[in-house]
Amino acid sequence: MKLTGAQIIMECLLREGVDTIFGYPGGANLPMYDTLPQYADRIRHILVRHEQSAAHAADAYSRVTGQAGVCWATSGPGATNLVTGIANAWMDSVPLVCITGSVVSWLIGRDGFQEADITGISIPITKHNALVLNVEDIARNIREAFHIATTGRPGPVLVDIPRDIQQQTCEFDYPDEVNLPGYKPVTRGDPKQIDRAAKLIADSEKPLILAGHGVVISRAWDELKELAEKADVPVITTLLGIGGFPATHELYMGMPGMHGMYWNNQAISESDLLIAVGMRFDDRVTGRLKDFAPHAKIIHIDIDPAEIGKNIPPTVPIVGDVKLVLQDLNREVGAYRHDDWRAWLNEMKSNHPSIAIPDTDKVLPQYVIKSIYDASGTDAYYVTGVGQHQMWAAQYFWIDKPAGFITSGGLGTMGFEVPAAMGAQVAAPQSTIWAICGDGGFQMTSQELATVVEYELPIKYAIINNGYLGMVRQWQELFYKNNLSAVRMFQPDFVKLAEAYGMRGLRVTDKDQVQSTIDLALAHPGPVLIDFQVEEYENTYPMVPPGASLQETVDSPYQSDAGNGQTARPRVAEGVR
Amino acid sequence: MVASRSQHHTIVALVEDKPGVLNRIASKWRQRGFNIESLAVGHSEIAGLSRMTFTVDGATHDVDQVTKQVFKVIEVVKIEDITGEDVVARELALIRVTANAETRGAILEIASIFRASVIDVAIDSLILELTGTEDKIEAIYELLLPYGVRELVRTGRIAMTRGGVGADHADITHRRYRSAGEGKAQVGSLL
Repeated sequence: MKLTGAQIIMECLLREGVDTIFGYPGGANLPMYDTLPQYADRIRHILVRHEQSAAHAADAYSRVTGQAGVCWATSGPGATNLVTGIANAWMDSVPLVCITGSVVSWLIGRDGFQEADITGISIPITKHNALVLNVEDIARNIREAFHIATTGRPGPVLVDIPRDIQQQTCEFDYPDEVNLPGYKPVTRGDPKQIDRAAKLIADSEKPLILAGHGVVISRAWDELKELAEKADVPVITTLLGIGGFPATHELYMGMPGMHGMYWNNQAISESDLLIAVGMRFDDRVTGRLKDFAPHAKIIHIDIDPAEIGKNIPPTVPIVGDVKLVLQDLNREVGAYRHDDWRAWLNEMKSNHPSIAIPDTDKVLPQYVIKSIYDASGTDAYYVTGVGQHQMWAAQYFWIDKPAGFITSGGLGTMGFEVPAAMGAQVAAPQSTIWAICGDGGFQMTSQELATVVEYELPIKYAIINNGYLGMVRQWQELFYKNNLSAVRMFQPDFVKLAEAYGMRGLRVTDKDQVQSTIDLALAHPGPVLIDFQVEEYENTYPMVPPGASLQETVDSPYQSDAGNGQTARPRVAEGVR
Repeated sequence: MVASRSQHHTIVALVEDKPGVLNRIASKWRQRGFNIESLAVGHSEIAGLSRMTFTVDGATHDVDQVTKQVFKVIEVVKIEDITGEDVVARELALIRVTANAETRGAILEIASIFRASVIDVAIDSLILELTGTEDKIEAIYELLLPYGVRELVRTGRIAMTRGGVGADHADITHRRYRSAGEGKAQVGSLL
């Protein structure tokens, strides 16, 4: 039986196990939307309020489920609105399949209404893309899109299909296999390199594991835990590696880098062996490259050969799937103890405040964020935007659950949190989803509250509202002579805004409301927005100044109560006011 | 990091013959600020696959990085940086030079020395065809300049490794990435 191109798209999605699409209709994908109701019993469509949100929601959906996220948009502005979301998925290696309608094929290249060269535009931010000009090619292209998006180092793939091609018909034949002679990702590590790695681990006295997003993507937490426990190696996770190792584990050390734990940055500088697992030595992790880990040999495990030696030349490079490589490595690694090294680290940890929160009557953002975590625990999913609140969330959320922390790492997309929380909630309908939002970023995508209410997604939005673009202000304070420029922001009444959309709005202005309001939000069955009006001038520490080395980490100005029992020192920022 | 001295690199890629491939590959170089000095593309001995030869200037470490990124383009089946290998490299040039009765003889003498052929003759000009290394083409160009070079077209370098080194070129089941310089042994053993 012959199917239309649009029906073929749906049949392909079904065969790929897709049950959810985030999308937005328009002139060029009308045939797809015309066909959608026929499949409504098997594929759920979430109508977002802006295409960027479709991509972010599909991104978070993918991070929670481990499957490719799917989003749809029309041609021209619909497709270009996806671009930020696609770039976000690209930087964080998230598998997306974006299907865009294109103007009818005879108008392509003639500046047709709502035409944009989205395959050209998206080349640098997709793993692959395709413009399909024959209905017979749709099935193969979608099959390839899912294969490419989800294998090797995952990433977004865009398939652009002109409206007339969606309407033409042909026999539907879904290929069993893909034939891509230029695409055969390496999955098993080279045994010789694994041997060399095992020997380095045997010889090391001060080893550290740096675990990144690859551990989460590859679902390799059991293997990572086995390696860490067997060889007695402390584990540091990057921003996107959070959740890749149980945070309650005695070997867990938290995050490194620009706003990482002071002790981790010193430990990296002291270590004699870094085992980098599925991470890419981002500049926010390394600080000044030439002074990064000056005493360490480096084992670099990554599935992407182009990451090997990109920023840091490794002693032992291992290209392969983190899960498979760790399985092989675990067989070769002996059982070791590093008591002296662990004692050094623990002393460093207890002597440095880093995430100490002072006892004050003010509503400190750190206190709010930690309280949310304490009330919701490790079973919830935490989605964040980008900025100070994100770094605090990364510092205070010691999450045990893989993929429990969903954030925009590489691209640093403000506004990610609002739609990403939708994707997470759709993927995990029974779970508590917290979206930790900045007051700036929230307003970049706040139109999605309509989607949240329409689809009854019981997300808890926590706006950490300091009335500033906090991280930008922090840089202006510290590195631009306190010349505060375009960072103070008028805010709407967020509670009324929530109520206007038909969801519960709550406001917190006093510290003693924090706990009770969080409890109220958790008890409320529907979506809730809490406007936490926090201390305006709080800044995020520890901090490695831009261009500085990890050794130059500036620790939190607060003294750790656990460390020496002293109360808080005056905040650095207070002198600024 | 690796020494950053700029060097001329010749890179040969075997790619699927599909729309957009050139754009994707060029995009990887452009993003990182490289200028592609020359580029030659044509069908290879395998149906459906084209061979590209491009030359770029850059530090080996930087060129290595982009080469690896180019290798990630789905349609790129094989890529090799053959800089420093034993290769034969050639370029084809067409040169239209002003030639009248007085100068024609001298120009033909130059052409003969360089083994260039005359492929078109007009009252006041000639077209010469010349195959050779870039140096050879530069040399004849310099010699012809005083007579008046009206037009110069060059194909850009094409290159092949000598003898048995490239014998597995046709074997596309064996994907290969090779880079020039220091990372070579290391990277070669990764894949």
